[in-house]
Amino acid sequence: MDNKKLNRREFINKGVRIGIGVGIGVIGYELLSRTLSSKTVWQIDPAKCIQCGKCATSCVLEQSAVKCLHVYQMCGYCDLCSGYLRPETKELTTGAENQLCPTSAIERKYIDDPYFEYHINEELCIGCGKCVKGCGAFGNGSLQLQVQHELCVNCNQCAIARECPSEAFSRVPASSPYLLKGFGGK
Amino acid sequence: MKKSTQVALILLITSLIAFNLFGVQRFPRPEFENGYQQPETILNAPRALFFEYFDLAVLIGSLSLITWLILKKRSRKAVFWVMIFSLLYFGFYRKGCICPVGSLQNVTLALFNPEYSLPINGIAFFIIPLVFTLFFGRTFCAGVCPLGAIQDVFALRPVSLKSWVQSLLGLIPFIYLGLAVLFAATASDFIVCRYDPFVGFFRHNASFMMFAIGGILLFISVFIARPYCRFLCPYGVLLNLVSRFSKKHLTIAPSACISCRLCENSCPFGAIDKPTGAKFKQPSNVLVKKLILYCLIIPFLMAVCGWTASKYYESFAKVNFKVKLATEIMQSKNSESEVIPLEITAFRSSGNSEEVLFEEAKVILNRFYLGNWFLGGFIGLVFGLTLARLTIIPYKTDYTTNKGTCFSCARCVDYCPVKE
Ligand code: SF4
Ligand code: SF4
Ligand code: SF4
Ligand code: SF4
Repeated sequence: MDNKKLNRREFINKGVRIGIGVGIGVIGYELLSRTLSSKTVWQIDPAKCIQCGKCATSCVLEQSAVKCLHVYQMCGYCDLCSGYLRPETKELTTGAENQLCPTSAIERKYIDDPYFEYHINEELCIGCGKCVKGCGAFGNGSLQLQVQHELCVNCNQCAIARECPSEAFSRVPASSPYLLKGFGGK
Repeated sequence: MKKSTQVALILLITSLIAFNLFGVQRFPRPEFENGYQQPETILNAPRALFFEYFDLAVLIGSLSLITWLILKKRSRKAVFWVMIFSLLYFGFYRKGCICPVGSLQNVTLALFNPEYSLPINGIAFFIIPLVFTLFFGRTFCAGVCPLGAIQDVFALRPVSLKSWVQSLLGLIPFIYLGLAVLFAATASDFIVCRYDPFVGFFRHNASFMMFAIGGILLFISVFIARPYCRFLCPYGVLLNLVSRFSKKHLTIAPSACISCRLCENSCPFGAIDKPTGAKFKQPSNVLVKKLILYCLIIPFLMAVCGWTASKYYESFAKVNFKVKLATEIMQSKNSESEVIPLEITAFRSSGNSEEVLFEEAKVILNRFYLGNWFLGGFIGLVFGLTLARLTIIPYKTDYTTNKGTCFSCARCVDYCPVKE
């Protein structure tokens, strides 16, 4: 009697087990037939970004993985850089009080009269986007915010993407992980 | 002839591109005569693809190893060391991402949104532990899951909980799972990742709030072993259900149990089913009556819960970005307020049409309505079944692991005097 009961239970178990196995198989097959990618990473589309400043504060890392990148071939090397200097500055000096960047991360180097090269010190940049906004408003838009992949830990759900008001974040293939505007068009 | 038109076309296109690139620039790039070398914009590559497959290999390797150690070697010590390895590798080295617990949402998102492109690792990390569990029980939880491992090392002074408390708290993971699936299926949010309490420790970085929650959970772990696993983890729900029907499973005694009661309090997770005693041997006509009763109660519960949940679908849908944006735009039209939310400014500057957005929001709202019915129904079903399980106790005479809730940690094995 007990043995028979045990056998029956074993039989039901086996049936359900096969059922679950088939279920997992179907889900697996269904998933494999969807759009697959070997690897994706988060990136900002500079065309959508409105430089709201959340990139500096929303990242799960203490030092945001979003940094300002400089696309040199788009830069006009302007003396009066609207990404470098505050718009309301009276005197055109390079004192910290006249700089737009809160951490003085932009380094300015004299090249040739009246041209200057601007270089972002990534260690200092906090990804606030102030310079990006300035450059985009009055300059060429050569300063752009991007997720720096050496720093980013590639969260399953990017914490900035969740906060970004312009839905500028998306997952892109890891083989072309940057979305810079005007980059590569030599 | 043909070739020359081609050349002309290419020239035209390249000049157009060049015009687009440089034509819009307010300040043309100067021509330097002093031999100035323009620096390159440095673009650092993400972690190489090879390492992703390496992670996968480590997952399969450690799962196979621990399964063998549990079922064949029956050695708690060895399981412990594999667990430490996983904690270091998947936890502190890989920073707790990607883990199977979160991959559940990627899979759901992919199933409901064909346009989402799911990484192969997402599928693998979801399926492989489930398959192992189907054959060998929850060996993944025993020592491969970094979330389980970090709690397990803190399980120092476990106390046992009343079984009804366990059952009641055990309802939370089902609700959590339901919510996680709802929000992932509607492409709204990944709540399991968002409220992952331990990932902050793995990254040495988190908001104060999440650190506090994680810290409290770890503190609780000292007395109530693995609180996240038992009373929160949504992936654990799936493993629990699958494990009940597993082909093999860790047993306390290697052969027949001699009912010596030595293992009775050895499980810190309350996952050992005790003999029920003769008074629980219910006559079958009573059992049949109870069964019929539950067959009536459960559908009723499902309907009530589903209906209740469906009343709240609009507040649930607010989590979705598009729905929230559409609502805000509607509201801003009716109100006189001066401050325009950033989202609306961003949306206006994007140049997308409001009609399209409203249309999309409507579709998502409908999904939430349906989803909430399902969520409620699911919760009702789980309530009903838990109730049934608390009153219908199967008669048994020996000590066995509960195949659903046992994490196969192999602690109890050391207490059993039967060694052959
Ligand atoms: S202004 Fe902000 S984004 Fe630009 S360099 Fe400075 S810190 Fe970085
Ligand atoms: S994926 Fe994570 S680490 Fe990377 S930018 Fe987003 S929040 Fe920061
Ligand atoms: S959160 Fe979005 S809009 Fe704001 S700065 Fe970052 S990418 Fe730009
Ligand atoms: S129950 Fe969840 S968190 Fe715990 S070990 Fe299992 S999968 Fe990991």
